[in-house]
Amino acid sequence: MTSAVFLVLSAFLASAVEFVEALTIVLASGITRGWRSSLVGLGAATVVLAAIVAALGPALKLIPIDALRLVVGGLLLAFGLQWLRKAILRASGYKELHDEAAIFAREAAEARSAAHDERAGLDWYGFTLSFKGVLLEGLEVAFIVVTFGSTQGNIGLAALGAGIALVLVATVGVLVRAPLARVPENTMKFAVGVMLTTFGIFWGAEGAGAHWPGDDASLPGVLGFVIVLSFSSVALLRRRRLAFA
Amino acid sequence: MRRIRAFGHFWWDFVVGDDWRAAAGVVLAIGATAALVAGGVDAWWLLPASVAVILALSLQRAAKP
Repeated sequence: MTSAVFLVLSAFLASAVEFVEALTIVLASGITRGWRSSLVGLGAATVVLAAIVAALGPALKLIPIDALRLVVGGLLLAFGLQWLRKAILRASGYKELHDEAAIFAREAAEARSAAHDERAGLDWYGFTLSFKGVLLEGLEVAFIVVTFGSTQGNIGLAALGAGIALVLVATVGVLVRAPLARVPENTMKFAVGVMLTTFGIFWGAEGAGAHWPGDDASLPGVLGFVIVLSFSSVALLRRRRLAFA
Repeated sequence: MRRIRAFGHFWWDFVVGDDWRAAAGVVLAIGATAALVAGGVDAWWLLPASVAVILALSLQRAAKP
């Protein structure tokens, strides 16, 4: 039960962050280059992503669970530490905060200055900007859904978390028609880094053959450890930055 | 060739990111856990401890004045 809640929550948070970033790119493309090309790009990328998840999901079921947890645990831990490291550096002032409004302004300015090139009845710049943006952000979602879901033996539950995030971000995006700058994205990225690292530690150790005391019940303990580690790192780095200022 | 390189670069950037030492540390820590388990030690504690060290070193490198 605990791991199922973590699974849905992690997939939801990670997906929401990526969908907010994808929405910024689709909006920049749609507003500056026309909605048709932007939406066709969005649709094409969604089809490619669905095909990747549909192909990889069943293929991963064929791999023995311990081997899968070992590889996925290692990948998630490396991937999660990247997120956590960046989030800690942002929270302590060593890295600029992620700003959707600024990213939107930059993407829109680049899109406005690009030359018009029509292919297959579409504005090619608008199509590729939207397609690439959604595909790249979506690949992270697909990676998380497939890895989380397969190691827990429940891709459907991970996909549910991602699906809720997609519906929520898309609905708000359609209503607002502006980058979702008010979404607490930096806090969410911090939370995702913590979750990914927690799952990476848990599955990596299990995949290597170790047994956690209390099995799944130790997951909140690992989570608590990663949270304490992260917050103490932020506090130490802040103090260090002020000392050097 | 350029596409293959771009594909490889994408995955490297995706999983390893800008600190390859941290990713290498993860591989070493998981390998050491497996080796200890094979030797009869239930080393569930090694990975959390290693993550604390890997993260501290990675942050120290990134925050160098």
